[in-house]
Amino acid sequence: MSIFEYNGSALVAMVGKNCFAIASDRRLGVQLQTIATDFQRIYNIHPKLFIGLSGLASDAQTLYQRLVFRHKLYELREERNMKPETFASLVSAIQYEKRFGPYFCQPVIAGLGDDDKPFICTMDAIGAKELAKDFVVAGTASESLYGACEAMFKPDMEAEELFETISQALLSSVDRDCLSGWGGHVYVVTPMEVTEKILKGRMD
Amino acid sequence: MGDSQYSFSLTTFSPSGKLVQIEHALTAVGSGQTSLGIKASNGVVIATEKKLPSILVDEASVQKIQILTPNIGVVYSGMGPDSRVLVRKSRKQAEQYHRLYKEPIPVTQLVRETAAVMQEFTQSGGVRPFGVSLLVAGYDDKGPQLYQVDPSGSYFSWKASAMGKNVSNAKTFLEKRYTDDMELDDAVHTAILTLKEGFEGQISGKNIEIGIISADKKFRVLTPSEIEDYLQEVE
Repeated sequence: MSIFEYNGSALVAMVGKNCFAIASDRRLGVQLQTIATDFQRIYNIHPKLFIGLSGLASDAQTLYQRLVFRHKLYELREERNMKPETFASLVSAIQYEKRFGPYFCQPVIAGLGDDDKPFICTMDAIGAKELAKDFVVAGTASESLYGACEAMFKPDMEAEELFETISQALLSSVDRDCLSGWGGHVYVVTPMEVTEKILKGRMD
Repeated sequence: MGDSQYSFSLTTFSPSGKLVQIEHALTAVGSGQTSLGIKASNGVVIATEKKLPSILVDEASVQKIQILTPNIGVVYSGMGPDSRVLVRKSRKQAEQYHRLYKEPIPVTQLVRETAAVMQEFTQSGGVRPFGVSLLVAGYDDKGPQLYQVDPSGSYFSWKASAMGKNVSNAKTFLEKRYTDDMELDDAVHTAILTLKEGFEGQISGKNIEIGIISADKKFRVLTPSEIEDYLQEVE
């Protein structure tokens, strides 16, 4: 079994009209055994920047801790929050530092940049950035997620509709993947507010 | 730095609490050619005298004002070779920042890192402080900025400042002439007049250097003919 499939994960981020949504599953497993059903994969770097980390859970946690460290220092030095594009470049650089002994994580970054313009991107385990205008996916359920998002996505959705779309895409995809699931965790971010919702899907 | 016999710092405290080496470095700066900078509402100008030791020197090959990034430039007073080392290090730091964040380095951050280098050389083994003060002019998201960095590593943001031989007269002149809503062209004229105050001999486009950055965020050094145009406007 591949190291990326050891813990199981599903992550998706979508762009809407002046907003974005990022969602993950909640299962933490050790191969076939389920250990936790409330595992946090999406983290908040600052109010307008979220990062989801799929792949090996211990690397995801370590990488998150390093990124928070770097961002805190940046905030202290530069007296401002990092723009999502800048943060994505930083994550990419940190991952490539470990080119020959990588973090087994695939990050999904979503944020509101200058003028609250939504920004999403993903990258592979060694930092190859992939910018997208519509949606990005990661994790063991990524193939199903690609299909579901492609079918369900529409450009310029408002926050409510975006929430529905991303939730349906996530739940239907993780049902086809034995290693991810046990509910969903969705964040919808607009310039005004951040909404966090827990989804109940097939709890298996 | 330095071999084992000089692993102690040469810059040590005097009983009065001063770092004498830094005082001497500031003296070296004070006997260097005058340079100055003025922050306008829509840009920054930095300027310096370019007195060459002999008429045989090819003045076109000498450039005292240097560019650090496309939107940050620097001028010095003091020892030219020392300034070259700092320019090199600053350029590298700016590029490293860009490599990491894919963003141009904010002026404040570059000034801070350059100042940190200068401070290192007051507290390391076998080295002496830099014999230059720098005037860093830049334009970034926070607008036009002008910073002075001293051999001790301290840095200050200025609306207008001068360094070098004629510093007290130049500063008095600038204090009288400076207004907060000055535009870049006025600032260039004021800079030229300030240099003229202490200038020995005939000022021309070939014996002063002027660098400007405006809201287009591109730092550039004016050509001698552009300087001549400004000089004529000032007459």
